[in-house]
Amino acid sequence: MVSFEADTPEINDAIDTGAFGAFLRQLCKNRLGTLGGVLVVLIAAIAVLAPLIVTHDPIQIMVGPRLAAPSLDFLLGTDQLGRDTFSRVIMGGRIPLLVAFASLGGALAVGVVLGLIAGFGPRWLDNLLLLIFDTIRSFPSIIFALAIIALLGPSLVNIILVIAITCMPGYARVARTQAQALQSSEYIAAERSMGAGTTRILAVHVLPNVIGPLVILVSMDVPAVIATSAGLSFLGMGVRPPTPDWGAILNDGYSYINQTPWIVIAGGIPIILATLGFTFLGEALRDMFDPKLRKDL
Amino acid sequence: MTHDDPTPPPSSSRPLLEICDLNLDFGTPRGRIHALRNVSLDVPAAQVVGIVGESGSGKSTLAYTVMGLLAENADVTAGSILFEGRDLLTMTAQGRRSLLGDRLSMIFQDPMTALNPVRTIESQMIDIQHHEQGSRSEKRARAVDMLHRVGIPDPKNRLGAYPHQFSGGMRQRVCIAMALLVKPALLVADEPTTALDATLEVQIIHLLKDLQKEIGCSILFVSHHLGAVAELCDRVAVMYAGEVVEQGAVRDIFRNPAHPYTRALLECDPGRIRKSTRTLPTIPGEVPSLLGAKVGCIFRTRCQHAFDRCVQENPVEYRIGVDQVARCHLLGQERLVSA
Repeated sequence: MVSFEADTPEINDAIDTGAFGAFLRQLCKNRLGTLGGVLVVLIAAIAVLAPLIVTHDPIQIMVGPRLAAPSLDFLLGTDQLGRDTFSRVIMGGRIPLLVAFASLGGALAVGVVLGLIAGFGPRWLDNLLLLIFDTIRSFPSIIFALAIIALLGPSLVNIILVIAITCMPGYARVARTQAQALQSSEYIAAERSMGAGTTRILAVHVLPNVIGPLVILVSMDVPAVIATSAGLSFLGMGVRPPTPDWGAILNDGYSYINQTPWIVIAGGIPIILATLGFTFLGEALRDMFDPKLRKDL
Repeated sequence: MTHDDPTPPPSSSRPLLEICDLNLDFGTPRGRIHALRNVSLDVPAAQVVGIVGESGSGKSTLAYTVMGLLAENADVTAGSILFEGRDLLTMTAQGRRSLLGDRLSMIFQDPMTALNPVRTIESQMIDIQHHEQGSRSEKRARAVDMLHRVGIPDPKNRLGAYPHQFSGGMRQRVCIAMALLVKPALLVADEPTTALDATLEVQIIHLLKDLQKEIGCSILFVSHHLGAVAELCDRVAVMYAGEVVEQGAVRDIFRNPAHPYTRALLECDPGRIRKSTRTLPTIPGEVPSLLGAKVGCIFRTRCQHAFDRCVQENPVEYRIGVDQVARCHLLGQERLVSA
């Protein structure tokens, strides 16, 4: 109870000034979190506004000489096909971000539903779903992804699908555990005593209690998914050429790393920045929502 | 045993809730636990019926059975629970659910956990009225009115607050407001004051009593606090190890307890001890295990008056006075109610 009492002024404050404003102020107290937030916003903005930023058509070959050094015309030089690396890097962020949001969004939606079913459903269904979750999780995700893509063929939809499948069990397990803890709680019994059905209890009462930790989990998974997406592209299992993609740029550039290292550097730095940005942001979110890690309250 | 009956004579119409010969088992890996045995209890309309007994006596199990909130391993093996003449145990889940939160509602033991922590009081109080007619703003107005009646200051502004912004006593008031908002015919209160301190307990008991008179509902009040029962209830049933050992009008039971367990329970109530003493009296021994079949009186292992018959035979209900029954062979000389 002590922690509740201590929280009260803070939360009163949040309600008075708008929850989002309080959230931003809280985030600003965490320096790495602020840096992460800025990086994420910047990368997202560049990805959205990419067509306005690019200086050349990113898939047009021979816009300049092959493997040209950075110049005013080609800010990051050109690749082996004479394409403008700067434009490809700018446009190349769209694929990993799209993969991250689509796959994690899908994984979250499916994972929450299956997790709640497992948590509230009959024992046999719970056991069956757990078996499925654990089977999926027992494969190393990149090997699993390679196997599926070798089977279905590389395409954007397949990449999204594969990553969603490998991430889903983690969310489902968290949702299941939370739902089980809530099932025996008195306010769920109170809700039943008022005549609420299971669907209503799950949607209105359990879901809001489950979604908070899951959102944090997702934000911490984004960098891993960006890395996986880039990794698949690098291994030639990602999007097909000539679509610009950070991983594909790395793949194109690493053969020429001795002559023209800037291609690999230009492809690698955005991956590092995006991964760091989402990691910092995710960790800041975790610290903010986990009362045990709160120092400032 | 011949004194004037202070309560109004029982009306000829049916009681609101009739629990008849209810038997309930819990299936466990170690065997079946007979948690309720031959429980019969009536709750007349507009009356408050208390259930007292020590921990593990089956009070809360009985309340949960009435509300249909039992765990999956619970199994009603015999008996019926008639509510307004319809058996709650045989009706469809749908039919039962339509009664819950409309004709029946419940208050729980721990107000700290009985409210959803992530939703406002307002949304929870509006949700509760899902059986009722009316627009959102009408439901909100009813919620404000009810919060005012249970003594929440400034209810209009408090409506938007979350449960953690209320103290324990305030939360129990909110829970009572929610349970009474649907104007139930029967309110089941499962130890509503156990988690509260003594001063709050008195306030909540008085609040419940006032609101019960105002709304005219019946209350099934589960408690281990004899004082609270004496204060609030019209009738009381004393439970021991899954059986109702004695029941009757509150005044009769407290003045003239017939069952040795009731007597022992009353002797242990600190509020009733006259002389100053440094040690509180207790009932020696512990509640017997309810695993497996039992023959004989369930209380005999702790009873000072136990004799041969208590080991051999289950005591039936003997009638004492006008409106009081007890299961004890010592009353064998009295007239038999049922054989």
